[in-house]
Parts: sequence; C-alpha cells; structure tokens
Amino acid sequence: MSAVVFAHHAMTPAERLRDAGWIAFVALVLGIPLIGLTTVDAGGRLEVATRFGLLAVFVAVAFAGRLVLRYGLDHARARRLRRVQAGTEADDGRALAQRVVTVLGWFALGAAVALPLVFSGNRYVVDTATTVLIYVMLGWGLNVVVGLAGLLDLGYVAFYAVGAYSYALLSTQYGWGFWQALPVSGALAASFGILLGYPILRLRGDYLAIVTLGFGEIIRIILVNWTEFSNGPNGISSIPRPSFFGLEFSRRPAAGEQSFAAFFGLDYSPMQRLIFLYYVILVLALATHVFVSRLRRLPVGRAWEALREDEIACRAMGMNTTNIKLSAFAIGAMLGGFAGVFFAARQGFISPESFVFTESAIVLAIVVLGGMGSQMGVVLAATLLVLIPEFGRNFAEYRMLLFGAAMVLIMVWKPGGLLSHREPTLRLGAAAKATEGGR
Amino acid sequence: MMLTMTGVHAHYGHIHALRGIDVEVQAGEIVTLIGANGAGKSTLMMSLFGNPRASAGQIVFDGEDITGLATHEIALRGISLVPEGRRVFPRMTVFENLQMGAGFAAAENFEADLARVFAMFPILDERKMQRAGTLSGGEQQMLAIGRALMSRPKLLLLDEPSLGLAPIYIRRIFQIVRELNRDHGMTILLVEQNANQALKVAHRGYVLQHGGVTLAGSGEELLASPEVRAAYLEGGHG
Ligand SMILES: Nc1ncnc2c1ncn2[C@@H]1O[C@H](COP(=O)(O)OP(=O)(O)OP(=O)(O)O)[C@@H](O)[C@H]1O
Ligand SMILES: [Mg+2]
Repeated sequence: MSAVVFAHHAMTPAERLRDAGWIAFVALVLGIPLIGLTTVDAGGRLEVATRFGLLAVFVAVAFAGRLVLRYGLDHARARRLRRVQAGTEADDGRALAQRVVTVLGWFALGAAVALPLVFSGNRYVVDTATTVLIYVMLGWGLNVVVGLAGLLDLGYVAFYAVGAYSYALLSTQYGWGFWQALPVSGALAASFGILLGYPILRLRGDYLAIVTLGFGEIIRIILVNWTEFSNGPNGISSIPRPSFFGLEFSRRPAAGEQSFAAFFGLDYSPMQRLIFLYYVILVLALATHVFVSRLRRLPVGRAWEALREDEIACRAMGMNTTNIKLSAFAIGAMLGGFAGVFFAARQGFISPESFVFTESAIVLAIVVLGGMGSQMGVVLAATLLVLIPEFGRNFAEYRMLLFGAAMVLIMVWKPGGLLSHREPTLRLGAAAKATEGGR
Repeated sequence: MMLTMTGVHAHYGHIHALRGIDVEVQAGEIVTLIGANGAGKSTLMMSLFGNPRASAGQIVFDGEDITGLATHEIALRGISLVPEGRRVFPRMTVFENLQMGAGFAAAENFEADLARVFAMFPILDERKMQRAGTLSGGEQQMLAIGRALMSRPKLLLLDEPSLGLAPIYIRRIFQIVRELNRDHGMTILLVEQNANQALKVAHRGYVLQHGGVTLAGSGEELLASPEVRAAYLEGGHG
C-alpha cells in the first residue's frame, strides 16, 4: 500500500534544525535590503546605516517560528495519517514547502511595493532595487528557455541588446514614446529569437550553448562596428525617459508639455522619476511573472517541460518539437527585449559595453542558482547576485572573489538551486475531480 | 491493410540501417518483429515516424502515403509509440505524463480515456501524483503504455516493453498486450527480445537481420522454424 511507502517519517531534530536554518537564510536574504539597511540624516546628507541587530532579531524569529510551525504541522499530519489509513499524498511535504514559498512570495511582493515609499529619500536603495528587478525580469525570461524548455542559451544578452537598441533608435530617430516602442521592440526581439532558433533546432546541450554564445557576440560586434546604424562604441545617448501618461519627469518640461511635479502640485525632485521607473519595472516584472505562470499551465508550457525531459518521447506523442522550441526562444527573447527597452529608458544612454557576455552569464547564473524553472528562486538568486557585489564595494578588489565564492557555496550546499522543487501544474484536488468525472 | 512498408531504406549518416524492408500490418493484428541487437528493429519503428526518414521506399498507413510527413503529423494520423527504454517524463507526475500523452486536441475524451487507462493499470491511479521518475521500472513501462493509449491510437508500436523487467512484470506486460488486442481491438506492432513469448502472443512475425527481413510467417510457424529456434529460442528465454 502506498501509505507505507510514503508515510512521513518523523523529522529528526537535526532535520528540523536544518529546515529552520534554511528558512532563516531566506529571511536573511530578504531582510538585508528591507531591514538591515536604512538611511540616516547625517547633517543634511543621507547616509546608509546598518541595523544588523534588528536583522538578527528578525532572522531569529523566522528560525524559531519555523521550528514551531513545523512541529505543529507534523503533529497535524500525523493525526491525519492515522485517520486516513491509505494516503496517496506523496507530495504533501512538498505542497507544504510550496505554500511556504507562496507566502514568502506575497511577502516579497508587499515589500517590493512598499520599498520606494519607505526609502523615498534614498536614491541608492531605489536604484539598486531597480537593478534587482531588471535581473529578475531577465531571469524569468531566460527561465522559459533554460529552466522550462531545457535549452541552454549563453547568448541571452543579445535579445536584451535588441530591445534596448530598438527603443533607443525608435525614440531618438523617430520620436517614439516608451509605451509605443515597448511592444514593437518586444516583437523585434522575439523575431530575433526565432531567427536564432531556426538554425539551431537540431542542436542540444554543449553545441547549442556554443552557437548561442556566438550569436550573443555577433550582435554585440555588429553594434560596435556598424557605426552608421548604432553609433558604434560611442553608443546612443539622450534616450527619452518614459512619461507618466504624458507627464514628464523633468524640472523644465519641453514646450507644450507638462511636468509630473507641476501637474500634481509637487515640488520637483529627481527621486520622483526614479521611483516611477522602479514601479514601471515592478509592473513589467509582475506582468512577466503572471504571463509565464499562466503559460506553464497551458499546453505549450507543459510541452516546454516535456521537451526538457525527453525530446524523443515528445515526438513520439505527436508534439511539434520545432514549434515548441521556437515558441520558447521567441517568448524568452521577447521578455529579454522588454527588459532591454526598460534598461535603455532608465539609463538614458546605451553602448555595446552593456551587452557583454558577462551579462548573459549573470542571468544564466540567476536561473541556475535559483533552481531551474523556479520563479521564486529567480527572485532570490537575482537579489543575491546583485547585492553581493554591492556589499563588496567596500573591498572592491575582492568583489568578484566574494561573488564566485558565494556561487560555489550555493551550488555545493543546494546543488539543485535555491528552490529546485518543481511544483506539478495540477494539484491532487483538481486531478481527483478530473478522474472522478470519468467514472 | 492498415500499414504497408514497401522497400523501405533508412540511413544514419552513412550507416545503412534498413535495407529494403517489406512489412505489413492488418487491422486487429498483433505483429512482432524479432532479431538480434542492432538488427534494425527500433530503426524500423522510428522510420515509420519519419525519424530517421525513409531514404527510399514507401510507407502507407490507412490508405495514405505517410513517407514524407513530419513526425508529429504521423502521430496525429493515429500511430502511437512506446519508445525503447520507456522514456516517461521523469520530473512530471504520473497524471501529467498521461495528460501529455493525450496531446492537445481531444479534451472532451480526456476523462473517459483516463478512466480507461486507470482501469487497465490501477497502480497508475494510486500513484497519479507521484513523480514518474520515482516509479519502478515496471510501473514506468505501464505508464509509458498508458500514455501512448491516451491519444487513442489506431496502431500501437511497442519497442521492447519487457526490457529490464522481472519475470512477473514481463508476464503482466504480455498479458496487457493480449488484452489490448482482444478486448479493445488494438492493432499492435511489437518489438521483442523475448522471442518465445512474443511469437506466442503475435498473430504474425518478422525476423530482422542486418536491416532486412529474413523470415516472415505466423507466430506458430516462426516458433517451429529451425532457424528461429537456433538463433533466438534454444538456450535462450525458453
Ligand atoms: N542514432 C543513431 N545514429 C547512428 N547509428 C544508429 C543510430 N541508431 C541506431 N543506429 C545503428 O543502426 C543499427 C540498427 O539499430 P537499432 O537500434 O534499430 O537496432 P535494434 O534492432 O533496435 O537493436 P536492439 O535490439 O539492441 O534494440 C545499429 O547498427 C545501430 O548502431
Ligand atoms: Mg532497439
């Protein structure tokens, strides 16, 4: 009987501690930006101050809370197991872990929404958080290709570049606005995804990685050398910023335009634009998240995962693997393109320098460290990978060392990635309903 | 005739794996292919699926020439393959595997098909939320067969379904093959190393050697044939 096989053994104390330690770690990662850092007014000047004491309390509470929670849940489960003699709830423990992740997700979302309000005077925090969100979005985009469809792409930055340059050129040459250019640039990036996807349909693994790596470099080299088109290594400057429903974020708006501050009767402050940009990328990232989560539940999303698992079996079941692969490349590229548009708009200046291989590597690291295919894992990993170098600023020469060491440690400790568990797209309740109807 | 392969050749690069194959399968039959390792049995099944594509010859299924069709197009015509080595989707649950087998089209049949598969393999019902990779080999084989049946095929291709299984599971698999054919009228093309049992359940059989058919006949004929006995039965699985 399956109940025997899957009866949950009581956790040993060591396992309980490790489990709680893990949650404490997540709390630490989330807590560093939210609690550990704050700003103080140092004689009219803002400075970043640390509150590691408070952070320690927060982490300790998370640790203790998890221990208690786990204990209570184990008891409840033991009772239920006795009641239901035969259980098919093989994934019960995992479903629980999933619920914890979901709660953390809502918590992180709340924190993300509140962040610029709490730190409204702190340019550094809002800027860094914006960078984190760009990488989260890139990670989610690449996650479609690498995490879900299992196609190793080392040239993802190419699509980021296509998006960024599309917006830069459309806006500076043809006067397009951010919101007009966004869909067009995304579509352009998607076409590049298909363009890259076609010749490499038959490749897998290492070969695929090499070709995508080459593609990323080709795009960058074209941008450097085709000076008439891209202005070469000098890049493109004065890229317009997004406006708030036509209201500009500037001290002196162009003739005939109104500024955000004037319209709302506020004093002009450069922070308004930064906070607005932060919310733009937050909305873009959330839209990406909802979009990808939806896709995962649709046939095409499940087909991506099936493709990652076994291509031959997919073909044997009549799936059109060509279309499945191309759709993964196209959608991943489109999301990268969106991130690129935002990047160009935020920086106001882009050059081929921004789209080097290291960027692809970082985004890939985010996906892998996060646990291939896990949406929340990407958030955690992106936060870590952006913050570690930031903290390293004080000892600049050791920054990359710290970065590398952290990656190695994570991989040794959690070889499947931070959140490696794949949740089924269908839960037991729904599945039971689906089968009951058939009998 | 449900399936007719005439003079089919297939290559992997410059390896000439099939050298003029003539094989026929009638509706309602179990046909088995036996032959030594590397004889080309799996290649024959895969070339039916256009992967590798037949480099010469013709494959007709249900009166339609499918020689040049894309793999997924062929599958949509009503051929389903249980590939060698099972190839379930390991990280997906049993239920999701069956869902993948059902494909995209027949949503309204899904529940009925699922109930049918669960009735045939009750163990899959019990384990439907378990990850397929954690099933035992025999259970995975049942899942692979169940998954193939979800698309309501007219012709089911089974490539070495008894591979690596304990005798009790092997017996069960052959029993399933017989039941599928007898109770559900399923037409089956079966590749087997287990020549003795395969020839016993099959109506007809073909012996493959070096990419060509060397012998053909009814199951009993082949069982009685001295060549088959010498090569595949004596001292073998008995
Ligand atoms: N993908 C491939 N690339 C190159 N050669 C292949 C490939 N697949 C099979 N072959 C070759 O084609 C020939 C036939 O192989 P096939 O897999 O059809 O044999 P089989 O009869 O199924 O053997 P077995 O009983 O061991 O499964 C063999 O010589 C094999 O080496
Ligand atoms: Mg074979």
